[in-house]
Amino acid sequence: MENLEIILPEIFLSLTIMFLLLFGVFKNNSSKLIYNLTTLSLIILFALLLNLYQVSDLSIFNNSYKVDSLATFMKLLTIGSGIFVMLTSSKYIEINNINKMEYPILTLSSILGMMVMISSNDLIVFYMGLELQSLALYVLASFNRENLLSTESGLKYFVLSALSSGLLLYGCSLIYGFSGSTNFNIILENSTSGQYGITFGIVFILVGLAFKISAVPFHMWAPDVYQGSPTSVTTFFAVLPKIAALSVFIRFLYVPFAEMNDQWQMIIIFLSIASMIFGAVAAIGQKNLKRLIAYSSIGHMGYALTGLAAGTNQGIQGSISYIAIYLVMNLAFFSCMFMLRRNNEYYESIEDLSGLSKNHPLLSFSLLIILFSLAGIPPLAGFFAKFYVFMAVIEQKMYFLAIVGLLSTVIAAFYYLRIIKIIYFDKEKEKFETDHHFGLKLTLAVSTIFILAYFIYPSGLTEIVSKINII
Amino acid sequence: MDFPIISSLIILPTIGALFILFTKSSNSKYQSSKYVALFISLANFILSIYLWLIFDKSSINFQFVENREWLSGFINYKVGVDGISILFILLTTFITPICIISVISTIKHRLKDFLIAILIMETLMIGVFCSLDLIIFYLFFEGGLIPMFLIIGIWGGERRVYSAFKFFLYTLLGSVLMLIAIISIYWISGTTDVEKLYEIGIGEQYQKLLWLAFFSSFAVKTPMWPVHTWLPDAHVEAPTAGSVLLAAILLKMAGYGFIRFSVGLFPIASEYFVPLVFALSLIAIIYTSLVALMQEDMKKLIAYSSVAHMGFVTLGIFTMTQQGIEGSIFQMISHGLVSAALFLSVGVVYDRNHTRLIKKYGGLVTVMPKYGIVFMIFALGSLGLPGTSGFIGEFLILIGTFKKSFLVATIASLGVILGAAYILWMYKRVVFGEIIHEEIKSMKDLKKFELLILLLLAIPIIFFGFYPEPLINSIETSVTSLIDNYNTNLTQSIAKK
Repeated sequence: MENLEIILPEIFLSLTIMFLLLFGVFKNNSSKLIYNLTTLSLIILFALLLNLYQVSDLSIFNNSYKVDSLATFMKLLTIGSGIFVMLTSSKYIEINNINKMEYPILTLSSILGMMVMISSNDLIVFYMGLELQSLALYVLASFNRENLLSTESGLKYFVLSALSSGLLLYGCSLIYGFSGSTNFNIILENSTSGQYGITFGIVFILVGLAFKISAVPFHMWAPDVYQGSPTSVTTFFAVLPKIAALSVFIRFLYVPFAEMNDQWQMIIIFLSIASMIFGAVAAIGQKNLKRLIAYSSIGHMGYALTGLAAGTNQGIQGSISYIAIYLVMNLAFFSCMFMLRRNNEYYESIEDLSGLSKNHPLLSFSLLIILFSLAGIPPLAGFFAKFYVFMAVIEQKMYFLAIVGLLSTVIAAFYYLRIIKIIYFDKEKEKFETDHHFGLKLTLAVSTIFILAYFIYPSGLTEIVSKINII
Repeated sequence: MDFPIISSLIILPTIGALFILFTKSSNSKYQSSKYVALFISLANFILSIYLWLIFDKSSINFQFVENREWLSGFINYKVGVDGISILFILLTTFITPICIISVISTIKHRLKDFLIAILIMETLMIGVFCSLDLIIFYLFFEGGLIPMFLIIGIWGGERRVYSAFKFFLYTLLGSVLMLIAIISIYWISGTTDVEKLYEIGIGEQYQKLLWLAFFSSFAVKTPMWPVHTWLPDAHVEAPTAGSVLLAAILLKMAGYGFIRFSVGLFPIASEYFVPLVFALSLIAIIYTSLVALMQEDMKKLIAYSSVAHMGFVTLGIFTMTQQGIEGSIFQMISHGLVSAALFLSVGVVYDRNHTRLIKKYGGLVTVMPKYGIVFMIFALGSLGLPGTSGFIGEFLILIGTFKKSFLVATIASLGVILGAAYILWMYKRVVFGEIIHEEIKSMKDLKKFELLILLLLAIPIIFFGFYPEPLINSIETSVTSLIDNYNTNLTQSIAKK
């Protein structure tokens, strides 16, 4: 136990959760304080993780928990976006009367679950993290108890997620049965590609994971849950679980089963093509912004998976860069949504954006940048995300995947353009309020500038990401 | 390292745009924004003239090259000019101030945003013409979609949404295939640096597919028949300055791309696809000229004439002769000036009478004599009368085509006649004849600024018509080296077989 310090962030987070829980129970009306303490503890956590960044490739607990460059980078992304989610949504939960003391604590436990998932090098540890993350999210999704849609979305998410967890566990048991271990490295030694049990196990686990990142055909929950949950929770949903699930994807596919990539490559290619096309086509008819962003994130997950299909380090790095840029774009988009407030009510229909550019030039300019970036138009950050992924795909001569992917960007461009059209070309409506709190403005400003100015120094991200070598 | 003159040309308009964005101007007048935009664009024009003066016309190499690390490890930010690109840069920096003058005196609604869009557009257009790396080229090439989409969509006419979407999606669809081709080139050759690619060449077996991918993008942008249908819509709905930018510069990006990339990088495939390009160009010349004859809307007529003129350009490029390619470049510059002037002329009467339908006019010469004169210069420039720049371009292209194929040249010559027919007929119906409509009588002749910008355009059209030497002189060396490179590649490939 000499290297316990490498899981110091996780220990710190668990202690914080327990402390805040006790604090909240014994002290009345402390929800605001707990919320701020949560944000603060996330910032400390970020610093602790940064401190770990130099440590490379250590493992603990019998090699079942890994702290390497992949894990640290993904955790930093998770915590970083966690901080911004907390910063943006403080006013929202106040107005919607969901500022209970459990809210931030559940968020923290979900983040703890994600950190465990990201570091897991063992099926049991991975499952534990996954369930901790999901259980907190079920409650968060239905947090607005008085709202019918929110309750429905929580229940829906719970039922479907439980089903997928069941499939995933079944896959784990198959793999355990055929390889004799749950540890990824030992599975690697014991498995050969001839064993059908292992192949079935991989398929079941992939189904469970695909559910978590809402890849087609396991996406059915996403639109309803995104729309029904409180917007602050939707922000959380749209970003954080995807980072964790993607890193599990990477570790699970490339550590124990890297040799068997002919067995799973077709599945990933199918998932990514289906998600890209479906995400692009289904979003066209949407009227609700949250629902639209749900379909858009389905499409974006398709692109992130495309990198994994390539089966190379370059592909993995492409996917990681993709998710990093994707999370900035989504945070920026949701910050804009939090600004659509009038008389203590938040608006979330696309029609409400009509003529926004007349009264709110800066807000609409940010939305313009964000939407063009989501559509992947150069020279904005979203283009580079796609560029990295397709670099890797074309290196492997997977032209079909590249062509389908880029053609679906054209389809997807249509619905992003439609929003821009409504903002810029249509008649204006009533003004929205403009007195936003500092955290929200900060998030929007930082993320928009990141998206807009990314092309000036694109090497920054690629240099960090290029240190992550899994294969 | 010397003063980075090319990067300054690229970045200066953006700085101006940022300046306009962050200055609070008094709400209704936008005085300071107007002066900043005008000043920046003029400064850029002077800078580009200076660049042209110190440019060494006898060298075949790229000059003023800047090479910086950008995406560490594999892509460098590399810009530079040769004899071909410098003319397009001049065209861009010349047309932009004219657009700005036209905008500040006609647009009332959200003027500040329009100026920002034009300046950003200038940055991107100059970037296209001097980037020496395929990825950098793609960034600039595609980035232009965003401001143009907004220009058509915000300040356009009635069906602006439809046209803006059509413009955006058509061009994007063409370009994504080019992106795949560019990334493929990176993996095939290990670089996307244009200069290096010229040296090492691209394997013969890949050339045809890559050529088609580039072609899909450039053909939409040129636009060539049958993917030209976005252009008339975009032109009709765009505000005058938008049409000017579109016709004068955006279309030239594709012609430039054909010369620099299709011919330069894939000589063997280009030779293979010559019949295809000839066929499409001839259809464009004849068919769109006939369509132009029947148009009732002046802007639409000029838009179709643009397609026909660009047909000449693609024809000239793929003759692969000195005269053909020089003629094409000349034609592009000339068309940039003439079409800009024609759109501005239509804008002048549209501002007064709020219609572009030809039948609503007639007899303008009696109330607007000055307008009649300048409009005639541009109409004659468009049909290629000797003594205007339009003639030199078409003449050189036809000479080049005769060398290659008699039949093609004969058919193309028919296009010249048709070109004269539609433009003169329109001119006759609009300017001559008797005044039928009452509204015409109250129309005032050209204002000072209108006369100024139209004369500014008329001068080079006539000057280069009589004395094309400065332009031809600057492109000659570059074109010769391009054709030499092309022929060596072809003979090598034949020798291998």
